[in-house]
Amino acid sequence: MSTATTAGAREHARAQGGTVVDCMPIIPATSAGPDLTWAETIPGGGYASKRLARGTTLKLTDLHGDACVSMLIFNADEPWERINIADTVKVLWQAYVGEGHLLLSDQGRVLASVTTGARDRSDTFCGTTTLTSNTLRYGDGSPQSATPAGRELFTLAAAKHGLTRRDLPPGVSFFQGVRVGDDGTFEWLGSAGPGATVQILAEMPVTVLLANVPHPLDPREEYTSSPVEIRAWTSSPTAPADPLWTRSPEGERAFSNTADYLTARGIR
Amino acid sequence: MTTTVTTASPAGTVVLDQTVAARAPWSAVVRHGDVLTIVDLHGNQAVDCLLYDAHDTSERYSAQDTVAAQGGIFLTTGSVLRSSEGNPLMTVVADEVGRHDTVGGACSRESNTLRYGHHTKHQHACVENFLIEGSRWGLGKRDLVSNINWYMNVPVDPDGSLGIVDGISAPGLSLSLRADTDVLVLVSNCPQINNPCNGFDPTPVRMIVTTPAEVAGV
Repeated sequence: MSTATTAGAREHARAQGGTVVDCMPIIPATSAGPDLTWAETIPGGGYASKRLARGTTLKLTDLHGDACVSMLIFNADEPWERINIADTVKVLWQAYVGEGHLLLSDQGRVLASVTTGARDRSDTFCGTTTLTSNTLRYGDGSPQSATPAGRELFTLAAAKHGLTRRDLPPGVSFFQGVRVGDDGTFEWLGSAGPGATVQILAEMPVTVLLANVPHPLDPREEYTSSPVEIRAWTSSPTAPADPLWTRSPEGERAFSNTADYLTARGIR
Repeated sequence: MTTTVTTASPAGTVVLDQTVAARAPWSAVVRHGDVLTIVDLHGNQAVDCLLYDAHDTSERYSAQDTVAAQGGIFLTTGSVLRSSEGNPLMTVVADEVGRHDTVGGACSRESNTLRYGHHTKHQHACVENFLIEGSRWGLGKRDLVSNINWYMNVPVDPDGSLGIVDGISAPGLSLSLRADTDVLVLVSNCPQINNPCNGFDPTPVRMIVTTPAEVAGV
C-alpha cells in the first residue's frame, strides 16, 4: 500500500484499525465484561492512569507472575490531596498493606480501601525506580528504552492529569513482597506467582496512576516485568454498617472524615 | 566574625549557630560541602526534616529511594540521603544515637484526628510548620513528602506492626549531615504531645552549620 499520497496514507493508517495485541485498552470496556468501566492490560515496563468514580472497584491481576505495580492515588478534584504513605502505615499501625488496609490521604481521609490483596506481596518502603537507579542497574531508565524507570513513567502519567514531578509522592507497590528485619534491613520475598490479584475500592472520586516496572530490590540481573490486567466496575463504597468501617478506631475516624468531606461537597 | 566549634563535631568555621525553639519551624540553605550538626539538647526530641535541591526544589528528599538504595529503613552514619531522582543530597557523617526514622512521616492536624481523636484538631503539628516555613521558599503542600525523623524511634515488628515508641536519644547527643549539593533544609521541631516522640515534652534543638577546613581551603 503506497503512502506517497494523502489518500494512500489515509488508507494505510485506517487499515491498521482493529488490530488486537496482548497489551492494550479494550474500548468500550463492556466488550470485556458486561459491567466493566475500565478494561486494559499494561505491558511490562508500561503505565496507565484513570479518574475513577467513588465506589469503583479496581482489580489488578498479575497475569504471568512478574508484574510489580506501583500506585499513586489522588483526590480527583483536589489533587494536592494525595496518598500519604507515612500516614497509611503509621495511622493503621501496620507496614504491610493487604486486605482491609486503608490508603489514607494527607488530609486524614480514605482515598481507597484494599479489599483483596496479600499483605506479604506488597511494599510501602521502597517505592519505584528512577532514571538514575535504572541507568546504574540496567544501562538506561528512560521511557523510550527497554528498561523504563517507574518515576519516569509516573511523570508521564501525572502530566496527563495536569500534574508534575512535584506531585509524585512516595507510593505503594503490589505483587512483589519485601520484609523488614529487626535490624531494619530488607528481605526480598518476590512474587506470589501468576494469577495473583489486588482489588482497590475507591472511597472518594480519585485519580490513579499505575506504573508496572521491576521493583527496586528485584535481585534479577535482567529487567523482568510482565503484563498486568486491569478491570474496574461500579460497586458500593464502604458504608457505616460494613465491618471494614469499624475494624479499627483510626480507620473509623478516617471513614468519618471522608463522609464529612463528601457530605459538605454534596457528594453521596 | 568566625568562631571554631569545639562542642559539636566536626570542627570547622561556623557559618550558622541557632537554637530552634520548642514547637517551631526552621530552615536554611546548607552549601555543598558544609556540615549541618543537629543537637538534641534535652533528649528525645523528634526533628522532622525535609531536604530540597536548593536550585531545583522539584528534586527533594525521597525516603523510598534512600531506603531502597541502602537496603534498610534506619538512618545512621554512612547513610546517603537521596533525592526523588536517586541523587545524593546529604550524607550522615556522624551520629551519636545509632538509628533514626524514615517511615513515620510528620504529624499533622488531620492525622492527629485519626490517631488520637478529633479533640486534637486544633493542636499545632509538624505539617503546619513545614507549610509555613516552606511558604517562605515558594514551597506548598504539593512539595511535602515523607520526611526524616531525627531522634525518633519507629521499630517494625515481624508481623508488620509499627509505631512510634520511646526514644533512644539523650540530652546533648548530636548528628551531622554533609551537604552533597546545595541543599535547602526544612525542619519542624516536632510539637507532638500525644505520643512519646518528644518524651511528651517538646524541647529546643540546636542547629550548627560549619565549613570544614578542607572545604574552606584553610
